[in-house]
Amino acid sequence: MEQETSKQMLDRLLAAHYSEAEAAKREGKLVAWATSISPQELLETMGITTVYPENHAAAIGARKNAEGFLARSEANGYSVDICSYARVNLGYMELLSSPAGNIPLPDLIFCCSNICNTVIKWYENIAKELGVPMILFDMPFNHTYEVEEGSVRYMKAQILSAIRRLEEITGARFDEDRFREVMRVSTETARWWKQASLVAAAKPSPMNGFELFNYMAAIVCMRGKADGTEIFRRWAAELEEKKARGAGPWKDAEEKYRILWDGIACWPYLSDTYKVLKKYGINMVTSTYPDSWTILYEAGDLDGMARAYSSNYVNRNLDFGVNNIAGLVETFSLDGVIFHSNRSCKFMDFRQLETARQVEARTGVPTVLFDGDQTDPRAFSLAQYETRIQTLAETMAARKGVGA
Amino acid sequence: MTDTVQQEAKRLAQLLIDVAADPKAALRAHLAGGRKVVGCFPVLTPDEVVHAAGMVPFGLWGGRKNAVESTKYLQAFCCSVMKANVENGMTGVYDGLTAVITTAYCDTLKCIEEVWKVAVPALPSIPFVCPQNRKDPAALDFLESAFARLAEALGAFGGRPVTEEALEKSIAVFGAYRAEARRFSLAAAQHPWTIPAAARHGVLKAAYFMRKEDYTEILAALNDALGQIPDEREGKTGVVLTGLMAEPNAFLELLPDYGFYVAADDLVHESLQFRADVPGPEAGGSAARRLAMRFVGVDGCSLLYDDEKRRGKRLIELCEAHGARAVIACMMKFCDPEEFDFPLYSKELAAAGIPLLPVEVEQNMAGAEGLRTRVQTFSEMLRFG
Repeated sequence: MEQETSKQMLDRLLAAHYSEAEAAKREGKLVAWATSISPQELLETMGITTVYPENHAAAIGARKNAEGFLARSEANGYSVDICSYARVNLGYMELLSSPAGNIPLPDLIFCCSNICNTVIKWYENIAKELGVPMILFDMPFNHTYEVEEGSVRYMKAQILSAIRRLEEITGARFDEDRFREVMRVSTETARWWKQASLVAAAKPSPMNGFELFNYMAAIVCMRGKADGTEIFRRWAAELEEKKARGAGPWKDAEEKYRILWDGIACWPYLSDTYKVLKKYGINMVTSTYPDSWTILYEAGDLDGMARAYSSNYVNRNLDFGVNNIAGLVETFSLDGVIFHSNRSCKFMDFRQLETARQVEARTGVPTVLFDGDQTDPRAFSLAQYETRIQTLAETMAARKGVGA
Repeated sequence: MTDTVQQEAKRLAQLLIDVAADPKAALRAHLAGGRKVVGCFPVLTPDEVVHAAGMVPFGLWGGRKNAVESTKYLQAFCCSVMKANVENGMTGVYDGLTAVITTAYCDTLKCIEEVWKVAVPALPSIPFVCPQNRKDPAALDFLESAFARLAEALGAFGGRPVTEEALEKSIAVFGAYRAEARRFSLAAAQHPWTIPAAARHGVLKAAYFMRKEDYTEILAALNDALGQIPDEREGKTGVVLTGLMAEPNAFLELLPDYGFYVAADDLVHESLQFRADVPGPEAGGSAARRLAMRFVGVDGCSLLYDDEKRRGKRLIELCEAHGARAVIACMMKFCDPEEFDFPLYSKELAAAGIPLLPVEVEQNMAGAEGLRTRVQTFSEMLRFG
């Protein structure tokens, strides 16, 4: 029998991820909701079924089904100005049915503020509405370039407290050996995720970067599982094979320009945004995103784990953000950078204008910013997007001395 | 006799209201007195540390400023308070401050510190990050080291070393201020004729710009005067204000027109500043440790993680304790933490049978006439509903 491709494996495991969660709930097992870059190692160690509302909201958005959920939460008094993942999820919490798949209600929620403070508010509300316990990992924003030792100590203390609380909640013992193994697997998966994303540095890139958005579901949901490692190991091998053949991202078009996409995708317009880029021969070869899950530390090293979780790029200062993108411009031989000014994410947005200026000054590559939203279809205009991309293409062409 | 006392109360209140209306004048006075002044961002900063360093903490809560220069850094959907702070920094309004202490209570604030370093390079910033997981004992350690870093940073700008003795003294100064502010909140509620809603706001706001010793002295005298004036609440309707802050003033000025007075507030800008004290020596630990305990002890604030989400319960208790008939939510546009709390407490208030009027405010809104009809309708609903 022919080996499954990484994509087949991804689809199969994602379907199983959702159906197994529903089965677990039916069987009376504990289900957790967790933020996308939280220390899932603890839940995996305890054998707690975990689903990720951000991932689910993105799937609902990509299926163009967000409106009903948004309408429900807005009818409940949520402002249209807050994160649309939160609005979709808080609406889903009542409607409990989506063509994009369903997630069972949680018995426990697990929240890590290394991605934003918004998740604290969002999860606080879930906990209150459903009367379930919430475990918070608070990661103070790093205004210094490196994560300070005080923050690492604080984070480590929270991990230890969380372990004690999980023991109380489940009545089971936290198995240190198992924990060590999950830490090893999680790091291994993260390494392969990084490895796969780096293959796109080849020219032409064998990866059409929007694939990153698809595979992201697995790095969020399966980082602590051996199956997750396998998906990315296979994907990296497939990409290496394409690279060896000199294959580009598309069969029917040539990669003319290589860009970085800063921020979350516009899920309801995933295909539209992709097609506009492709029309101009623009391949998104990387994003600021992949490194979010490149959470690397030695198995058994709690300090290292605490530091790795605190180090997420969005939780780092402006200098780090600029260096990060400037480094990616070099590594991936980029021609331009696209900034998604995402109405849902003030945390990413309010540094973008300056980051764009500094990246341009440092690297010389042009940047463009467009207005959109991760899941609210009302906050995006395809016409504006296309105009901005067209301008970027023209600027990139002028820099390269070729016609667009 | 009452007339004279009332005049005296009004005179004292006006002293403070005038300060609140012109913070720039207050800043000039500090500078003329040779004092170093440190700007303090919302929502809570360890002002006792600034005071112990021999400097004046000075609140920076935006203002009626339109975004022009700051649009270079911040998109339109940033809250008006933070846009105004950056605008003020960029246009020289804060000139004369020695430094500013930025905070990280929400996603916007985290970004503002980063923007500030580039947008306002002439005015150094000192980031103060308050932990959110405040009930974890590690939060106290984290806060203590944050205070130590702040003290060290202030030292670099000419602040005195923050000794244990100095910090104890500052804690006492702030304890006295908070006690008088709480007393005033009660006294103002009983005297809506002498201290209508906008005046109450001005009196409390002045605390941000004055030396606490001076402020407390005037406030204590005002409280004494109010204590001699008979209750003025008859025929009026008490409300509890909640939200980030109750500005612009034009909105507050509408309230007496419809018989409303502020029975109590649950505003971050007002009572949150003085409702929790630094615990006394009986709590154990150094002055810094006890100062940290104050940050851990504040509950029911949208910008501080609250595992039990006590806001709705607090509002109901406030209404009951202060005889308020309704709650007015001052919804600062684009303030996510406030917007997340709203659906939950509105449900709890409805279940408790307490009417709620949400009004959307922005500091730089042209006027509040647009809100007049809403306030009027609400008052009629309370009367006849």
